[in-house]
Amino acid sequence: MAWIDKQKNILDFTLSSLLRRKGKNAALVCVYTVVVFVLASIMFFTHAIKKEAMIILKDAPEVLVQRMVAGRHDLIDMKYADEIKKITGVTSAEGRLWGYYYDPLFRANYTLMVPPEFKYQQGEIAVGQGVSRSAVTEEGNIMPFFGMDGKLTSFRIRELLSSESELVTSDLVIMSEQDFRELFGIPKNRVTDLAVTVGNPQEVVTIANKIKKQFPDTRPIIREEIIRTYDTLFDWRSGIMLVVFSGALLAFIIFSWDKASGLSAEERKEIGILKATGWETADVILMKFWEGTVISLTSFLTGMIFAYVHVFFSSAALFEPVLKGWAVLYPQFRLVPYINAYQVATLFFLTVVPYTTATIVPTWRAAIVDPDSVMRT
Amino acid sequence: MIYLAVVFVQSAIAAVLAVHAMTAIKAAGPRLERENSVVSDLKLTDLCLFTEARYTRHPAMADRNTAFQDYPFSFEHFPSGSLIPVPEIVRK
Repeated sequence: MAWIDKQKNILDFTLSSLLRRKGKNAALVCVYTVVVFVLASIMFFTHAIKKEAMIILKDAPEVLVQRMVAGRHDLIDMKYADEIKKITGVTSAEGRLWGYYYDPLFRANYTLMVPPEFKYQQGEIAVGQGVSRSAVTEEGNIMPFFGMDGKLTSFRIRELLSSESELVTSDLVIMSEQDFRELFGIPKNRVTDLAVTVGNPQEVVTIANKIKKQFPDTRPIIREEIIRTYDTLFDWRSGIMLVVFSGALLAFIIFSWDKASGLSAEERKEIGILKATGWETADVILMKFWEGTVISLTSFLTGMIFAYVHVFFSSAALFEPVLKGWAVLYPQFRLVPYINAYQVATLFFLTVVPYTTATIVPTWRAAIVDPDSVMRT
Repeated sequence: MIYLAVVFVQSAIAAVLAVHAMTAIKAAGPRLERENSVVSDLKLTDLCLFTEARYTRHPAMADRNTAFQDYPFSFEHFPSGSLIPVPEIVRK
């Protein structure tokens, strides 16, 4: 009980001491909060999107086979599929038809795709929510596309793809195989790439290697590589945001180190008076420990709360200009708040612990000096 | 006392947000399953995040030898390229 009372009294004194220099300390808390907010926002966003990508793409095709011509992805003949099907362990090899279309009217890029089973008629399409927003169109409307011959072909929109799946379907235009081939002039025996299904998941790599060996002009991409791409894509350590921000972080570290380690004359005098009035060195260090804790814990909690609200309630509104880039189509989505406890702990130990400990060493130095000489300086 | 009250309020908000995160993850399950089936049905490979270029729209499908594929050794000129690095699949 006595110990708690002592801590309470020291904390009371620390807070009144902080309030005497409220301008300086308030500025420190603000900067500290912003630093934690930006770092936590980046960490929350990247972790959540990585996790979501991993979950959503876990049913992507097991192996995709692209044909490469002069280092570029080219159309592949369906006879490759017939040969791949003969490889032991391969369950199926289906052609995928997809490509890009730049809409000069709305200056947007769409992904045109033929699904394995198209439920509408020729001349009809299903479009993603992003396409609908960008082209200001809705179900039942007509949407024109310029074909490879320059002629305009109109399609009737039969369905708007669900807004729930916008993270994967926002820019999609789904059409029949015949429409796709006519629009782009793709011969009947050719497809964009092949989606290969393997019976035993453990054989995927072996089969990909076999395909590569049998068809040296192809490039098999396995599902794990797709998922790994997204894992590294949003690695929070990479990316310009963190590079730019590392400058600000460094400035903050120097600022806080200077603030924490270099005691002002006023603070030295205060320590001298405390010692002269009977405070032990341990009590003075405890007071400074509480001071560091008050500042860093307040900033840490505030920064984390703001970061959570920013990323998961406002869909990372501050990052949107960077994320949108030059894209006209940008999906509207709300991330699932997957929070990695390890990252939160890392952020805590990177921000709260160094600042708190940095306040203790100079205080100990000042506290072990004779109070009389400290007060005279 | 006021400070302790502030810390208590902050901790309470953090706890509420933690509970929110847990319930939101649970609630998102069916939606993610539906998204999964869309990916499976349409045989999709990538997230539709950056639509300005084919290597940002489909990073997993990007050509291996030309990271920024407008022309060899071209500099990345889209803002999203400053956010995402060259995919590992290309670096390999």
